[in-house]
Amino acid sequence: MRFFASLRMTSEGFRVTLRVRFLASLGMTFSCNCFSKIGVINHKKGVGILAKSDVELKPSNTSIDNLKKWAKQLRLDVLMMLNKAKSGHTGGSLSAADIVTALYFYKMRHNPKDPKWADRDRFVLSKGHAAPIQYAALARCGYFSPKELFTLRKLGSILQGHPDMKCTPGIEVCTGSLGQGLSMANGMALALRLDKRPSRVYALLGDGEVEEGQVWEAAMSAAHYKLDNLCAFVDFNGFQIDGAVTDVMNIEPLSEKWKAFGWHVIMIDGHNMGQIIRALDDAETIKSQPTMIIARTVKGKGVSIFEGKYQYHGVPPSDEELKKSFDELGVSADGWPEKVLQ
Amino acid sequence: MAGESVTMTKLIATRDVYGETLARLGESSQEIVVLDADLSGSTKTNIFAKKFPERFFNMGVSEADMMGTAAGLAAVGKIPFASTFAIFASGRAWEQVRQSIAYPKLNVKIVASHGGITVGEDGASHQAIEDIAIMRAIPNMTVIVPCDGVETRSVIQEIVKYNGPVYVRVARGKFPVVLPEDYKFTMGKGMVVRDGKDATIIAMGLMVSHALEAAAMLEKEGLQIQVINMSTIKPIDRELIVKAAKETGAIVTCEEHSIIGGLGEAVASVVAEECPVPMKRVGIQDKFGQSGLAEELLVHYGLMPKDIEKAVKNVIEKSQSIRVKTLLL
Repeated sequence: MRFFASLRMTSEGFRVTLRVRFLASLGMTFSCNCFSKIGVINHKKGVGILAKSDVELKPSNTSIDNLKKWAKQLRLDVLMMLNKAKSGHTGGSLSAADIVTALYFYKMRHNPKDPKWADRDRFVLSKGHAAPIQYAALARCGYFSPKELFTLRKLGSILQGHPDMKCTPGIEVCTGSLGQGLSMANGMALALRLDKRPSRVYALLGDGEVEEGQVWEAAMSAAHYKLDNLCAFVDFNGFQIDGAVTDVMNIEPLSEKWKAFGWHVIMIDGHNMGQIIRALDDAETIKSQPTMIIARTVKGKGVSIFEGKYQYHGVPPSDEELKKSFDELGVSADGWPEKVLQ
Repeated sequence: MAGESVTMTKLIATRDVYGETLARLGESSQEIVVLDADLSGSTKTNIFAKKFPERFFNMGVSEADMMGTAAGLAAVGKIPFASTFAIFASGRAWEQVRQSIAYPKLNVKIVASHGGITVGEDGASHQAIEDIAIMRAIPNMTVIVPCDGVETRSVIQEIVKYNGPVYVRVARGKFPVVLPEDYKFTMGKGMVVRDGKDATIIAMGLMVSHALEAAAMLEKEGLQIQVINMSTIKPIDRELIVKAAKETGAIVTCEEHSIIGGLGEAVASVVAEECPVPMKRVGIQDKFGQSGLAEELLVHYGLMPKDIEKAVKNVIEKSQSIRVKTLLL
């Protein structure tokens, strides 16, 4: 069992964070954040939108079970919105679902009512093609109505094919062209440090993405500037569009690479919620070094028909596949999508 | 009249003025941060670096990362100036500039030194002759080429007041000062630096002083040539171009840049759409540069006052033959 308390001064006053963690060797991790002021997301937001997947969601309840329920909700949202959009990236959105859930519903200090809150933590989805999972998280946090999810990729939508800060509340930069997000995250971390803000910056990279040279330029500069307010993930699902990463362009040994570039590296199972939140908490204690969490994941995780299949990298679920997904996730498809859109 | 200063011999490198102006602006604006890619001694950002080390970030030889980092700094409210040679700022990091900076319209100022062939001895690898073309192709991007040290100082001061991405090209070599000390740059506005009625030369950068020399030479032959300093290439001053076309009936553009996609084509598109008149583009004729002294290269690539003079005579001739044909009809 671990107790964890911190006191941070923010522009709005003091914030006390108190965490009690019963650690995960027993698979029981419980964590609770008590905030004295704003920045707390209302976890009630969005509840009841999908009839059969309704889960009991208590404000500030960031228990592992609850986070898992959120992850399931986000996965459903992704599948539904991609089916509606008739294009988009299924596999990489699902593999990142648990990480994105942990960030938005557990770790990050953010305020959907005030997306530009100066002391917020920032998240950069460098693997921008996984935008659907971020959109689902933003909608369920209350940045915009979940109804918007069904406008994904449509003309005039606030939800562009890839993340766009100009269109979507809660999106921090424009990504989608692989390899560029980490540099932007570095820039944010530098600026926030200059301004002496308590904010942290999180970035999520794809495993195929680290084949981009700019990632390693950014890896170098983050370590050079000792950006300990930066924590990045690699969603290591093993596949890129053309096939297995090991076949297309081997990136191993990956952890050794990041270590050699001067990063603190944590290896986790990217679908084990306990491991994800522990890694996020540990990253916050690291000084003078950025942290890289290499998360082993399964492409298409959550629904068996998509799992481990690179063919679903950029292919949305068909109506039939969506129905199978509903069945597998134990959700009634009755009245979809009208019920959902209500 | 600014054109009269053509006889002045005062020479100033625009990159020097950039470095000094930036360091001065750093005093009044705490939000200004500066990034360089291991060329701070050449781009002159080292003056700022010395004065404000905590707000200077040397990114090493990694232009792509520099542009992305600048975007991140701007996303948190800083005013980043990112500098390197024009070939790398526009070429190596083009897509980072497009995706990370211009698309979200972030407030990043890219001030690229060593534009054009006056880079000299380093040769083609370091001579940016396409930077204006590829930067002006990007939506949201403002593109500026100051003609001398006086204008550079004003440009740097003015772009800080504008919230959005800007590309400014400065140069390695020392250029003659053609503008008066009290000159004030206005973004998007060209400036008539010499009056004339027989033809107009529209120039940018160093070529403004060459255009003024050409106009002085042509005056001896009884021709009154208007010269415009078109320092903002994008958004271009359409009104002034149309006025020049209507009033003088012939236009020559001059740029230390490829004739493809640069000032010449920017002017030509306005002329073609609004008021077609004979035109000639003086610039680098779709060729790469090479090693040599700046002065030698300017002669070799046909960017000297005598080349402009020849082009002006050519367009005036065309313009007159069109008038004659119109009369005969």
